[in-house]
Amino acid sequence: MKKNSNETLILGIETSCDETSAAVVQNGTKILSNVISSQIDVHRKFGGVVPEVASRRHVERITLIIQKALEDAETCLEEVDAIAVTKGPGLVGALLIGVSAAKALAFATGKPLVPVHHIAGHIYANHLVKPLTFPLVALVVSGGHTELIYMTRHNQFERLGKTRDDAAGEAFDKVARLMKLPYPGGPQIDRLAIQGEPRYQLPRAWLETDSLDFSFSGLKSAVMNLVNKARQRGEEINYTDLACSFQMAVLDVLVEKSIRAVKKTKVKHLLLAGGVSANSSLRIRLTERARQEGIELGIPPLELCTDNAAMIAAAGTYQFLDGKHADLSLNADANFSLVE
Amino acid sequence: MKLLSMDTSTLVMGVAVFDLETRKMLGEMATNLHKNHSVRLMPTIDQFLRDLDLKIDEITHLAVTSGPGSYTGIRIGVTTAKTIAWARRIPLYSESSLAVLAMNGMRFDGLVVPMFDARRHRVYTGAFQFDRGKMDEKFPQQVIAMDRWLEQLANSNQPVLFLGDDVIRFREEIETALGENACFGTPAENIPRPASLAWLAYQKWSQHEPPEHKNFAPNYLQLTEAESNWLKKQRKEGMNG
Repeated sequence: MKKNSNETLILGIETSCDETSAAVVQNGTKILSNVISSQIDVHRKFGGVVPEVASRRHVERITLIIQKALEDAETCLEEVDAIAVTKGPGLVGALLIGVSAAKALAFATGKPLVPVHHIAGHIYANHLVKPLTFPLVALVVSGGHTELIYMTRHNQFERLGKTRDDAAGEAFDKVARLMKLPYPGGPQIDRLAIQGEPRYQLPRAWLETDSLDFSFSGLKSAVMNLVNKARQRGEEINYTDLACSFQMAVLDVLVEKSIRAVKKTKVKHLLLAGGVSANSSLRIRLTERARQEGIELGIPPLELCTDNAAMIAAAGTYQFLDGKHADLSLNADANFSLVE
Repeated sequence: MKLLSMDTSTLVMGVAVFDLETRKMLGEMATNLHKNHSVRLMPTIDQFLRDLDLKIDEITHLAVTSGPGSYTGIRIGVTTAKTIAWARRIPLYSESSLAVLAMNGMRFDGLVVPMFDARRHRVYTGAFQFDRGKMDEKFPQQVIAMDRWLEQLANSNQPVLFLGDDVIRFREEIETALGENACFGTPAENIPRPASLAWLAYQKWSQHEPPEHKNFAPNYLQLTEAESNWLKKQRKEGMNG
């Protein structure tokens, strides 16, 4: 496909955890291709993502995935304006595969290299559905992150709050493991919770009155104590009700703090982003609450909630247009910060 | 026609360019440092080609070490090389990092044993013998406990040249096991040379060996810990059930 001169075509690459993904996005909004090779079946037998196993799989697949992304988009490397890649945060060994491949492509073609923050990518997943309207607040929830981000324009991120310990998704996974649910645990808890009743009393960490930070380690410990005590006393635990109680405790805080952040910044637009935004109850509750408050809510479709390269290409488009390029010494950064 | 070789399997980061037609090594550079291969490999190649007055489109062939060595280091080299090969549509050849190191002992009369520390008193190693420049793998490349390895080498009853910067950690043990048959490399012989990698790849090319595919992956010589533990558990369960 020969593109018009006023078009921007970005190749995105994402390997921050256990998905090998490459995508081509046109003008920051239109997905021409989004190839995702998930390793979920590889890691299931270990009960979680094993970093070394993930890195080995990425290295095998990366070239094929990039080639398929270009083929699916009916374009070629020569037509692409820049190569965008997840610089971090994530598993460093996994990130390095994407970064090494992106640098090699930039070197081989002379095209600009654009380093993208993984969370920026998740926020821009929404942009692929409906262009972002500024100012906005985004609730980013995944296995590695729980943050409230404020944006007034493209490419500018201000953090309103973040988790002080476990990410929400991490709490889901740990509690799921405690309940002996198969990996990945988040969707399993979601599935059980819908059938249960919130019978168990669990804490909600609101922190200081005006704080938009989160904390989930106390909740996780409370669930563990509850289960251990019941086991000692030989009492039966109703896992369906426990899943429901736990999920409600997490969602109460996520929903309430998101609304507080919107009110504090006086914005009209709220976005949900990250892997946990696939949680059905979170989607329903946030939609309901936003409607009551007269807030316009954006939620990405399920296929864009999990890690994918289209969101990286979308976020990378605006960085490319702003001239935020990297040179060939670009490195992966497991703790890369979104806010400079 | 020019071949670019790169090696990041160990602490040594090396690149070389070999002219396939004139059979001349145009240049070679290597560092032996605890510095980040991920940061340095691509800028080093970029600068190295500039120094040689070469452009990337003048490179017609690539070579990379496929391991063993540092897992992360191997992956940086393999990912970089295979991505450039794919993007430029040029063939990529791979060679074992142990074979590249063994080339430093090609004039030695006896067994040439390159080794890299694999921790827990184990080494990545193999034994090679050269006959008028032709390499023969006498003991297969593997990860093996040092005492078992030395026993095998002692039983071969011939001089053995140990190569690699990690050898010094085992020097006493080696001398005890092999006595007068133990020989050691000079510091210059202890680092794998990217020019040797280029030369080995040239031989593959000239003998019409097929290049690597897009799904080419490193040869780590061992499973990940998680995988081998899982296999052990499966076997145990299999025996019990």
